[in-house]
Amino acid sequence: MVQAAQTFEVAGGMSLKAALARAERRNKIRAFLLVLPLLLFVSFTFLAPIAQMMWRSIDNPVIAEVFPETLKVLEEWDPSGAPTPPEKAYETLATELSRGYKDRTVGRAATRLNYSMGGMRSLITKTSRQISRVQVGPFMEGRWKDKFLEIDEEWGKREVWTTIKYTGDRYTIEFFLKALDLGYDWDKSIIPEPENRQLYFLTGFDSVWFRTLWISALVTILCVLLGYPVGYLLANLPLRTSNLLMILVLLPFWTSLLVRTTAWIVVLQTEGVLNDVMMFLGIIDERIQLIFNRFGVIVAMTHILLPFMILPIYSVMKTIPPSYERAARSLGATPWTAFWRVYFPQSLSGIGAGGLLVFILALGYYITPALVGGPTDQLVSYFIADHTNRSLNWGLASSLGAFLLAGVLAVYVLYDKLVGIDNMKLG
Amino acid sequence: MKQETLKLSLVVAALAVFGSGSVHAQQTLTVVSWGGAYTHSQVKAYHEPFMAKTGVKISSEDYNGGLAQVKAQVESGNVTWDVVDLELSDAIRGCDEGLLEKFDHSILPPAPDGTPATRDFIPGTLTECAVGEIVWSTVVAFDREKFPEEWPRSIRDFFNLERFPGKRGLRKTPRVNLEWALMADGVPVGQVYEVLATPEGVDRAFGVLDRIKGQVVWWEAGAQPPQLLADGEVVMTSAYNGRLYNAIFKERKPFEIIWDGQVWDIDLWGIVKGTPNLQTAIEFVKFSTDTDRLADQAKYISYGPVRRSSMEKVNKRMKPHLPTSPDNFANSLQNDFDWWANNQQEMDERFTNWLAK
Repeated sequence: MVQAAQTFEVAGGMSLKAALARAERRNKIRAFLLVLPLLLFVSFTFLAPIAQMMWRSIDNPVIAEVFPETLKVLEEWDPSGAPTPPEKAYETLATELSRGYKDRTVGRAATRLNYSMGGMRSLITKTSRQISRVQVGPFMEGRWKDKFLEIDEEWGKREVWTTIKYTGDRYTIEFFLKALDLGYDWDKSIIPEPENRQLYFLTGFDSVWFRTLWISALVTILCVLLGYPVGYLLANLPLRTSNLLMILVLLPFWTSLLVRTTAWIVVLQTEGVLNDVMMFLGIIDERIQLIFNRFGVIVAMTHILLPFMILPIYSVMKTIPPSYERAARSLGATPWTAFWRVYFPQSLSGIGAGGLLVFILALGYYITPALVGGPTDQLVSYFIADHTNRSLNWGLASSLGAFLLAGVLAVYVLYDKLVGIDNMKLG
Repeated sequence: MKQETLKLSLVVAALAVFGSGSVHAQQTLTVVSWGGAYTHSQVKAYHEPFMAKTGVKISSEDYNGGLAQVKAQVESGNVTWDVVDLELSDAIRGCDEGLLEKFDHSILPPAPDGTPATRDFIPGTLTECAVGEIVWSTVVAFDREKFPEEWPRSIRDFFNLERFPGKRGLRKTPRVNLEWALMADGVPVGQVYEVLATPEGVDRAFGVLDRIKGQVVWWEAGAQPPQLLADGEVVMTSAYNGRLYNAIFKERKPFEIIWDGQVWDIDLWGIVKGTPNLQTAIEFVKFSTDTDRLADQAKYISYGPVRRSSMEKVNKRMKPHLPTSPDNFANSLQNDFDWWANNQQEMDERFTNWLAK
């Protein structure tokens, strides 16, 4: 009994249990310290920007900052009752417009309002300039609305005021709606945008979102059709030959994306190599347009993404023992049956991995369509860049980005459900 | 021995601190512009003399216009650009949105004859936040070899695909293109903006652009259109007159300029709000926009100076190639910055949608 109660001790009089726990803890800390640089790097360069993007897609501070008092007055206004807000709203807005005109904040507000309703920017800039010159005094009592209407009749429209009211929300889903060509009506119900402002979703098969999806899908299918035979060849040739051919796959893979894209411009342009050759051979009488259109985009994207398909397919095929197919043949299968029933199913996980990789990369493609495509061939990333750099509508850029990210994750989950992510082999 | 080492290391440390101090004393100013032949002309006419005079080091960066980077820097509080070469509508919008420092025009040096700067600058070239430098112009150019017998002479011909078949190059923006579309549709130069101010006018302009849309190659950087012409990708294109001057007279390309219907605009210096080098930036803007510096720039590129006093000093050989020379200026239109500052956003959005469909 006495012996059972005895605890084991290590040198130095510490209990074994404690010593083990200490060693374990030390190991954990060491392991943690080893991954810490990567963890910090990833959170600074990857997680934080993504979080910030998500935040920007709903963050909406401008109107609440520039017109706080007007928004308070508008809170009490019911747009379904009176078509325009009370005189008090005009008066408050006049004060805030002329203050904003002086301290240069009204420009931001005008820009923000214009994202929601076309024409608001010029209306706000014009009104603020004129209203800041109006003498304020008791004689203006009750006459602000007339003054506004005198500057522009738009101020008598319900939509103008509801736009101000709803863009005053500190957080908004408006940018997400806009990314789907939707917007708020005067009663805050969700309606389609006017037709000439539609672009992303509601314009049918060739709207930006559908275009991005089907071009990516088409490129993926072309990559499978072109990449599968190449992978098969590489996997089944004698090592020396296949290594040589592998260089032909890897060399373009290692070449800069920009170089490969501009090389396609040289080949495909109207005065380019391909047109020259076809003219010389008499295949065509007149030079044809092969670039700055859909054809150029699909050709260049397929070429650039092809290695991402060949490499996973090849690495999977490498692991398929040739004896299986031989066994099938010896049991009486035709060459086609042996391939289709025995070989092909085993190579599926390579197609899956390559397809997933190519499709996801294609969804976010930017440089290649921008350089070899025409204006109607741009994918969604082009519009993200456009809203980031030119129109400065970062809310819309972020919400387009968030949708794109969600789309990629959805593809990933779908793949996991259908094929299982464990079956994916990247090489 | 140990004491010696200590002393020595102290001296080294002190030197290092002192040394780095003197490196800091040499200030660096970041000046951002459009690259290519244009930036080169500014380096020659402004940057080099300024560096020689003040000892401040100027680092020159390129951009493609727009306010995105300026906005990002101002909002994050990490301003690394000091002075930016802006288009007029960006100068106004940047000022409106508080992205640029206000500029006091009274400190600009007067003309050599004593005329104050505010009267020496062409009206409209001094804005609340920016100081004009040059007048540049968007014109049509064509490849003479592509039209041996009959060649285009006006904006109307640019839009006439039956008489002059072939691809056209246009800048990927509604600016200038809408104005030209109306001119081609018979609107006199003086009434272009009046028509454009109505929704029907805008529809009409887009309608005219629709007619040639299928034949247009869109360009973005100023260096592209001469290249498109040279490569035979287009037979006619819009382009900045300075870039064409270089292609025609320096690279001996067989291009010809149609001055009819040229739309001229100005470029200005703006100072990014919150720059740590505000004083030096102001000094640079003052220095580079004096009479001699502006006249000097026209030596290197065919853009006209915005000061009247500089125009007199411009090299005689260059004068006929400036947008402002009387022969070229006859049927010209000034880009209406007020209209564009108010409507750019809407036009841009509509244009982007129109293009992408």
